[in-house]
Amino acid sequence: MAQIYDEMLELPSQPRTHYAAFAQWLDTTESDVIERKRAEADLAFHRVGSTFAVYGAEEGQERLIPFDIVPRIIPAAEWQRLEAGLKQRVSALNAFLHDIYHDQEILKAGKIPAEKVLGNKLFRREMVGVDLPGHIYCHVAGVDIVRAEAGEYYVLEDNLRPPSGVSYMLENRKMMMRLFPELFASQAILPVDHYPDLLLENLRSVAPAGVVDPCVVVLTPGQFNSAYFEHAFLAQQMGVELVQGNDLFVREGRVYMRTTQGAHRVDVIYRRIDDDFLDPLAFRPDSVLGVPGLFECYRHGRVTLANAVGTGIADDKSMYIHVPDMIRFYCGEEPIIANVPTWQLRKPEELRYVMDHLPELVVKEVQGSGGYGMLVGPTASKEEIRLFRDKIIADPDNYIAQPTLALSTCPTFVESGVAPRHIDLRPFVLSGTQINMVPGGLTRVALKEGSLVVNSSQGGGTKDTWVLGY
Amino acid sequence: MLSSTADHLYWMGRSMERAENTARMLDVTYRMSLLKQGTIEPNQEWSAILSISGLHREFAELYPGPSADNVVRFMALDERNPSSIFNSIRNARENARAERDTVTVEMWEALNATWLDMKKTRETGIPSDGISNFFEWVKERSHLSRGITYGTLLRGDAFGFIRLGTFLERADNTARILDVKYHVLLPSLGDVGGAADYYQWGALLRSVSAFQSYRAVYHDLITPKRVAELLLLCADMPRSLRACIDEVHSQVQAINSPRAAELQRCVGLFEAELRYGRIDDIIGLGLHEYLTSVVSRLHGIGELVNSTYFWPAED
Repeated sequence: MAQIYDEMLELPSQPRTHYAAFAQWLDTTESDVIERKRAEADLAFHRVGSTFAVYGAEEGQERLIPFDIVPRIIPAAEWQRLEAGLKQRVSALNAFLHDIYHDQEILKAGKIPAEKVLGNKLFRREMVGVDLPGHIYCHVAGVDIVRAEAGEYYVLEDNLRPPSGVSYMLENRKMMMRLFPELFASQAILPVDHYPDLLLENLRSVAPAGVVDPCVVVLTPGQFNSAYFEHAFLAQQMGVELVQGNDLFVREGRVYMRTTQGAHRVDVIYRRIDDDFLDPLAFRPDSVLGVPGLFECYRHGRVTLANAVGTGIADDKSMYIHVPDMIRFYCGEEPIIANVPTWQLRKPEELRYVMDHLPELVVKEVQGSGGYGMLVGPTASKEEIRLFRDKIIADPDNYIAQPTLALSTCPTFVESGVAPRHIDLRPFVLSGTQINMVPGGLTRVALKEGSLVVNSSQGGGTKDTWVLGY
Repeated sequence: MLSSTADHLYWMGRSMERAENTARMLDVTYRMSLLKQGTIEPNQEWSAILSISGLHREFAELYPGPSADNVVRFMALDERNPSSIFNSIRNARENARAERDTVTVEMWEALNATWLDMKKTRETGIPSDGISNFFEWVKERSHLSRGITYGTLLRGDAFGFIRLGTFLERADNTARILDVKYHVLLPSLGDVGGAADYYQWGALLRSVSAFQSYRAVYHDLITPKRVAELLLLCADMPRSLRACIDEVHSQVQAINSPRAAELQRCVGLFEAELRYGRIDDIIGLGLHEYLTSVVSRLHGIGELVNSTYFWPAED
């Protein structure tokens, strides 16, 4: 494998300039002090209970995501470029979604094969012609960014069915400020704590037309959902109600919540449940998580859903390869952050190449998420590769493949001491009347040596992400 | 406030209070059993706990007999007993977890820490010389939760529902304890002032932290009638029925809802009866009959709370 980019060290004993302060702290601090800080962090996270549920795990439904105290640091100039690239990308995705549910100019222009959009099961026919406030579809986007050999950034995937992780970004920051106040005092680390305010402002800005002082709620599938902690956290931080489907009901074309005072009107729903479960009358009839009649209100513009129904088509991995074209088409600009080169297995010649090179590649299910249903060639056993090969042959359209990127590493505490581990970055992009971000995001780290899978459901951990002001 | 939120907070308060009450009952019984005083056969005391909680049948299905060990295990740690201290703490914590956006961080952290320690205790078991310590711990954790709630939570509906749950549960517990203990102690009624009496009635008073209060209020021998008066009608005794209903009354007034008229009426009536009631009249009617009606009345108020604030979907 090629050279790996180390975020902290330029040469084995020479830290990069933007890491100088932290590297010095690490060098000069006694190991028992560091141990104490780590133990303190562990204990505090346990007590706060920032847990996530793991599907299929036997004992208990909660587990802590491991937190690493070595921050991932991004210098000012790099962040400015990232921010510009992310805003560009998300505005193109919003424009794309509005377009395919209205005039379909991009399909008429032949930039994307029409059948790939219209025939995709994530394309929601019910949304055709529905006008949304501000023409915004992905109010909250989490764009996964990785960094390869020479330190160049790539977009790995777009997460538009509301992405989770932002609560860890905020909690990690709180923890680091508690553990290392002196490091925050000695350098300009840009704050992220105002994210909930930005989110609320953003959600209120897309309320149905004519609503004064809109009522915003967070809709969760409930406490057994893997991201429940985050749903509750965000509701609390924004000072709005956290509701479940059975807290809401529809009467005379409006959505209300059931309160101790009687019925209370709801205008904007930040929903953390999938399209399919939103409304048993419109989608899956067996859904007990949703609200009967919700979709009808939504179509008539009486309530705003964030993210919009039908957004999933844009973060489908089969659509990923077209995002650079969307940027060119809607923004008239070249993409600032590139895509990872991607093979589409639906194309016979690309399928053939991939099948011949499986041990070198990463293969992903087009609609998979959370690190489930993927093959990481270089670390997979022969047996795993054989099994995956069969799955691909059975349904090649369902897969894409990418080269195994030599993801950048960041020093991380592991059992044997501090060692490099692979990381990625998920910044969060908010779209309302304007596009907003906080400087930073969630840095995820693969704790197993050599592993490239950073998903928390697969044993990944997190780090605080510091964007420097200068 | 969301109806479901109110529901969770109410049960959070109720469950923690229940854990405390159970610990109190077990603790007093345990202490009594060490004294080996009086004429009561040893297992009768432990059996009485099951009567108070209405869990005789559930217990009999799982254990051979009401020995101290069995009852403590069943009431403290058994996951199969929905009202065990273990399950009560779990319920309190699960309800708080569902409302982490409403309770304060301190409240959540305290309850979560209580739950983590509870789980540990259940794994290791309560050491035989640590039984009293365990009950002390439960009481302290309950005091802590209540104190943090009192000291950190905004005086709004959330506060009101937690208090409502806490005091309805406490009222129910005081009524049940008095009813059952009174029965158990009746054989010794002729022996008023004797040593056995002192310890038995003293134990009942201690189980509701009223021993010192009794002394302070009556400056005299412990008599069954005064115990009943203290636990039912004394407004200044924080675990008396009267004090609990006073609190419930002020909370249903404070939680302002256009739906609450009938609930307010029922609680107000109850409050007035306790305020102007006399212990002689109650004893005259029959204490047991009176307490039975109190328990069912409290149940009715619980139902009204349910339909008033946590209204079901079809409404």
